Amino acid sequence: MGFVWFWIVAVMIVAYVVLDGFDLGVGILHFLVARTEQERHLVIRSIGPVWDGNEVWLLASGGTLYFAFPLLYASAFSGFYLALMIVLWLLIMRGVSVELRSHMDTPVWKSFFDGMFFVSSALLAIFFGAALANVIRGVPLNAEGYFFLPLWTDWRTGAQPGILDWYTVLGGVIALLALAVHGSLYLAVKTEGALQLRAREFAKPGAIALLAITIVSLPATVFVRADILANYRQYPVGFAVPVLVLLAVSGMIYFSRRSEDRKAFGASCLYLCVMLVGAAVGLYPRLLPSSSDPGLDITIAKAISGPYALRVGLIWWAFGMALAILYFVVVYRMFRGKVSLGDGYGH
Amino acid sequence: MDALLLHRIHFGFTITFHYLFPQLTMGLALLIVVMKTIALRTGQEIYNESARFWAKIFAVNFLIGVVTGIPMEFQFGTNWSQFARVTGGVIGQPLAMEGVFSFFLESAFLGLFLFGEKRLSPRAHWASAFLVWLGSWISGFFIIVTNAWMQHPVAYRVLPDGRYEVTSFWGLLTNPWALIQYAHNMSGAVVTGSLVMCSVGAFYLLDNANREHAKVFLKVGVTAGLISCITQIFPTGDLHGRYMARNQPAAVAVMEGLYRTQKGAPIVLMGQPDEERQTIDNPLIANGILSFLIYGTTKAEVQGLDQIPRDQWPEPQPLLYYAYHVMAGLGTYFALLMVVAALLLWRGKLFTARWVLWPLLLSFPLPYIANTAGWMTAEIGRQPWIVYGLIRTSQGYSKYVSAGNGLFTLLGFMGMYALLSVLFIVLVYRIIHTGPAVAAGQQAPHDGALVTD
Repeated sequence: MGFVWFWIVAVMIVAYVVLDGFDLGVGILHFLVARTEQERHLVIRSIGPVWDGNEVWLLASGGTLYFAFPLLYASAFSGFYLALMIVLWLLIMRGVSVELRSHMDTPVWKSFFDGMFFVSSALLAIFFGAALANVIRGVPLNAEGYFFLPLWTDWRTGAQPGILDWYTVLGGVIALLALAVHGSLYLAVKTEGALQLRAREFAKPGAIALLAITIVSLPATVFVRADILANYRQYPVGFAVPVLVLLAVSGMIYFSRRSEDRKAFGASCLYLCVMLVGAAVGLYPRLLPSSSDPGLDITIAKAISGPYALRVGLIWWAFGMALAILYFVVVYRMFRGKVSLGDGYGH
Repeated sequence: MDALLLHRIHFGFTITFHYLFPQLTMGLALLIVVMKTIALRTGQEIYNESARFWAKIFAVNFLIGVVTGIPMEFQFGTNWSQFARVTGGVIGQPLAMEGVFSFFLESAFLGLFLFGEKRLSPRAHWASAFLVWLGSWISGFFIIVTNAWMQHPVAYRVLPDGRYEVTSFWGLLTNPWALIQYAHNMSGAVVTGSLVMCSVGAFYLLDNANREHAKVFLKVGVTAGLISCITQIFPTGDLHGRYMARNQPAAVAVMEGLYRTQKGAPIVLMGQPDEERQTIDNPLIANGILSFLIYGTTKAEVQGLDQIPRDQWPEPQPLLYYAYHVMAGLGTYFALLMVVAALLLWRGKLFTARWVLWPLLLSFPLPYIANTAGWMTAEIGRQPWIVYGLIRTSQGYSKYVSAGNGLFTLLGFMGMYALLSVLFIVLVYRIIHTGPAVAAGQQAPHDGALVTD
């Protein structure tokens, strides 16, 4: 059961990053690719009908985590208190900026929310990347399974790190770049004309930079947490994951050069997916490792809920997910094709 | 400041602000479905135009409800981690189900409902409105199930390491407290929706603008208001009070200002509790009524605060007493107002009866106060327990989050919500100022999923 729920939560987080990732990326990029008011309008429209549904994956993951691994939820959420609160404020600012921007037709109003949309999207990407890097690096858990991290200490990855250190900042930068490229490829799929060209122009060098920083991140991760390779050594088939990561970035570079936007976006989805799966494989069966003593790690066995709850949960979860996927198919079908400024549902 | 008190204020502030918005959207969603149904059945376009106008107000409220709702789910872990750790095996379930069954549904169909009217057939558009309503009421149900378990824990066992696990999924979902509380709460949401709708209708009539739409608002609002204001008192409020008296006697004793156990207990209609002397100052009381309301006979004995061990008294007592009295007083006023308005509507005189239109216009803040006071009664009444009889609130908060950090984020939320309030008021003012007639004629540009203008 622990194995199943570990991967259920992992899959939900992957779905969140791949889906909300592109609308975060659009937020990071919109000043760069959209020059006129019309273009800005189109950019926001390209994510308008879907961003809220994408963000629901975050809430659903959070709820599922609470239910399946209460100890992890309690420990991680209170331990990363300040960072999480900042994330909540950023989520509020972002939702408001997407939705209220077009409410008044004055340049000051629009510029204000455009700026807020950029700042909140970029910071969220950085925080999410840093959060994952924190989990990989480990945190100073005590015997009760709790910890409390300040925002930063000495920027090193020792036994008493801060939420931000050189490694987690690296994670943040990777996330920022990866989601920006992800967003640009999405925009290339959803738009036409000058906007599409500028999105492609960002994606080409962006994907190369992403390849470079990804190559740096792999040894950095092994340096910070040497035992991340243990599962890979035991099951060498796991090394397919880093290979897939490199293949996916190469695919992004290749397809974006040939202006095959859909394939390039697909490669970007694959990249985000295998990066996260790679981390999950390395961590399993740990959920939150300790930065000092492996005996204090929060593992699946320590954190898992009781068997009855999990059995019942599996039934409603499968049913609920089938419904959720159905809704997504309906919405994305209604919203298919390029966005334009006309009337109606995104078209 | 003491960390426990700070975490309580943190949750109390963020939940109180948050619930100002869902109470309207849950009520309004139902009224919009009613309008869409009338439009579909009778072909009267004015009902479609009215639904479109209210959809805009719905959208702004929904947006603020969504963005202030996200922190609620996270705060169980951030500020109440000791509580979350032991109860995840029970209430993690309904909270996760809310995300899976409600939020996906709402987020998918709200966009279709708001912007799909031209693309969808009238029936399909009605269905999207219906699904938005369904999603919002499912969401309410799972939250109530969560809260009801904290008020009245059922269907659980304690694991050797002190964690709680659900033993019957069905038992958890059909907790009697949850069913009663859900009925009372949703009826309360419809009260807010209908009173706000009546208020805008009365405003337009008194302002001599949008008269035809205003009449639709008042017809739908007064009818729904009459039904919900009465069900709010009977049977839902009555059932809730009696169930509470049997299961949380300490809360009822403080709510009613009953300090000493007595036969033929009176009800205090007005008066100021004196906590130190354990008396009510300037009381206006009706003898035997409390016994009658709880046990059906004016002779029955009702447990007073004197029979409750001191360490199980709810705190703060005056707030609990006043919250309950404000709720009950306003609930009575709503029922009277709606009975009068409904009589005039029936006789065809409401639209010119300025002496009723004015109170209808001015009453829009009151259901928010009543709903908030009702929730304060429930939540303070449960104290000093976070899970009634099982876990004390003082054992639930995050002990590794210092009071300083808690204060910092509380102030952050206050600042952020102050800004949101200003934006909200400006936007809703603009929608009401523009009015339904203009909204019906043109479709203004829009970007996002939720808000159109």
